[in-house]
Amino acid sequence: MTERSVSNTVGGAEAFRHGLGGRKKARIDSLAEAGALSEEQGVSLWRSAWRRLRRDPVFLIGLAITTVFVIIAIIAPWITPHDPAARLLITQVTPATPIPEPQPGFPLGGDNAGRDLLSRLIAGSRQTLIVGVMATLGGLLGGMILGTIAGGLGGAADTAVMRVVDVMLSIPSLLMAFSIAALFARPSQWTVILAIAIIQIPIFARLLRGSMMAQRHSDHVLAARALGVKRPAIVFRHMLPNSIGPVIVQGTLVLAVSIIDAAALSFLGLGNPNDAIPEWGQMLGKAQVFFNTYPHIAVYPALCIIVVALGFTLMGESLREALDPKSRR
Amino acid sequence: MLKFIIRRVLQAVLALFVLSILLFAWLRSLPGGVVSALLGERGTPETAAQLRAQLGLDDPIYVQYWRFLSRAVQGDFGISNGVYRGEPALDVFTQRFPATLELSLFAISLALILAIPLGYVAARRRGGPLDTGSVIFSLVGVAVPVFFLAYVLKYIFAVKLGWLPPSGRQTVGINATHITNMYVLDGLITREWDAAWDAFKHLILPTIALASIPFAIIFRITRAAVIDVMDEDYVRTARAKGLHAKTIRGRHVMRNALIPVVTIVGLQIGALLAGAVLTEKVFAFQGIGQALAIGFELRDYPVLQVLIMMAALIYIIVNLLVDIAYAVIDPRVRTK
Repeated sequence: MTERSVSNTVGGAEAFRHGLGGRKKARIDSLAEAGALSEEQGVSLWRSAWRRLRRDPVFLIGLAITTVFVIIAIIAPWITPHDPAARLLITQVTPATPIPEPQPGFPLGGDNAGRDLLSRLIAGSRQTLIVGVMATLGGLLGGMILGTIAGGLGGAADTAVMRVVDVMLSIPSLLMAFSIAALFARPSQWTVILAIAIIQIPIFARLLRGSMMAQRHSDHVLAARALGVKRPAIVFRHMLPNSIGPVIVQGTLVLAVSIIDAAALSFLGLGNPNDAIPEWGQMLGKAQVFFNTYPHIAVYPALCIIVVALGFTLMGESLREALDPKSRR
Repeated sequence: MLKFIIRRVLQAVLALFVLSILLFAWLRSLPGGVVSALLGERGTPETAAQLRAQLGLDDPIYVQYWRFLSRAVQGDFGISNGVYRGEPALDVFTQRFPATLELSLFAISLALILAIPLGYVAARRRGGPLDTGSVIFSLVGVAVPVFFLAYVLKYIFAVKLGWLPPSGRQTVGINATHITNMYVLDGLITREWDAAWDAFKHLILPTIALASIPFAIIFRITRAAVIDVMDEDYVRTARAKGLHAKTIRGRHVMRNALIPVVTIVGLQIGALLAGAVLTEKVFAFQGIGQALAIGFELRDYPVLQVLIMMAALIYIIVNLLVDIAYAVIDPRVRTK
């Protein structure tokens, strides 16, 4: 815990050089450079990173949480005690008691539609993972297109793309997600994923572009160019694969944020209104009306979100630290 | 120096320009287009056609953009159809902004008062139980959805214990004069101590919830910056010279470590605005955050448009000022 924790420092002057949204950008840029460096030192950096991570309790806790979460999400349909959509306790839902109490066979009780809360929490892990992963992949895809155009082509294309990316970075991202989600007359799971994916695009774009710029004059790119390899081939075969490290780090951090942001969208009524397939953010958002009377139906999904987001954050932060040459003093 | 300021101002203007294009594009891609968004349920084919002509939606796109821009500059954003039905959308902003400003100032102050000393102490005792504990605490803080924290605070301190009011900005019916619409300040100006105290009590819970966002980040930055600065040669030199520990802390460590911290405070304005949307909704606190939350729920596009525009404008201007202020203080910033 001593070496790691959060020493990813950004000096004052360094943050300034990046203008608006300085720290956010400086953080992304230092990560991009870290990835490019790993290529120069070959496998050794990855190997030494792994050697450090193996003994890092923070990383191991994060890894354990995320592994358990992913396994539950995969086997969810087979381990739910009841059908998460079946209104088994509907007879106990009355105006006086809108939430069925815990009882034999239903350890956590039911929700306001008489469905088993435990089954919905277990089943919800899958949908939560899907929303997080899809939003992250969407952001990565968009960022990859923009970052490749900017970093691969350079010149005017680079300037134009990066200007737009920088302005997008300078808008408060959650506010942007709200605005994008509000564009759709009929919200669904896909509008939530899209809104969260779009706000991640500038982060991945800047990351990939930075990583490519850092590689531009490295030996393997110069060698490929000297051999007469065409530009697209250099970009896709030699530059992109070397950016994978920073992308994985950023991806784990973005996944955590996506899950939390999805909950915020649901809370504002911008989430998926169809709750046949449960998702934690949606369960938490919809539980708001019962918070003062039956807080437990909000607390359970909230705890799930907090634990999983923490797991991804711990893993991402220690990965970042292990890959960042600056913190290896 | 002047060159730096000019470059920064030009950057901000460019950001505003790109932003106006994004906002225009956002407005154009609303469900059913601008017309049905503005008319809401009242729209008939005749009124729709009339509004189309009135708004000039059949003109070329650059003409439309220019019209949008010139009207926005004049403060004409249309009529609210949700939050304050029938009132100009800009009024929603002007009436509610002081409330959010007051809340944000309280939140950022609380975050600074707690996070900077804690960050310093954690850095000095790096690896100790206090350091480990507060780092874990700040990581957990990032993972907790803000509105959930707000509900938990409200449940414990307002619903169960009854120590603090659960919602609103001031008890209804209290004798209070409003001048600036920042209720605590108003109470102090007019010497209506009861009103000021009452408004302050309403602010406590929303402030704690909202402060959790900047707190975690300011703590981490302070801690990292102090760790960095303490390794610097000039700190070692100062120590070797035999300077008093207090002098080293004040003149050498904190003064340099606070540079990144102040930058962050400027950048946190954006996160505060998004957090205010969630927090103000939980506490029914009548600021622009709540107006945004209601606006998103009712799809009140004229109000959303003006609030998003203003939020971005404030954000860009604050960051411009912070940057210029720092170029004055720290010469390294000016040289690129």
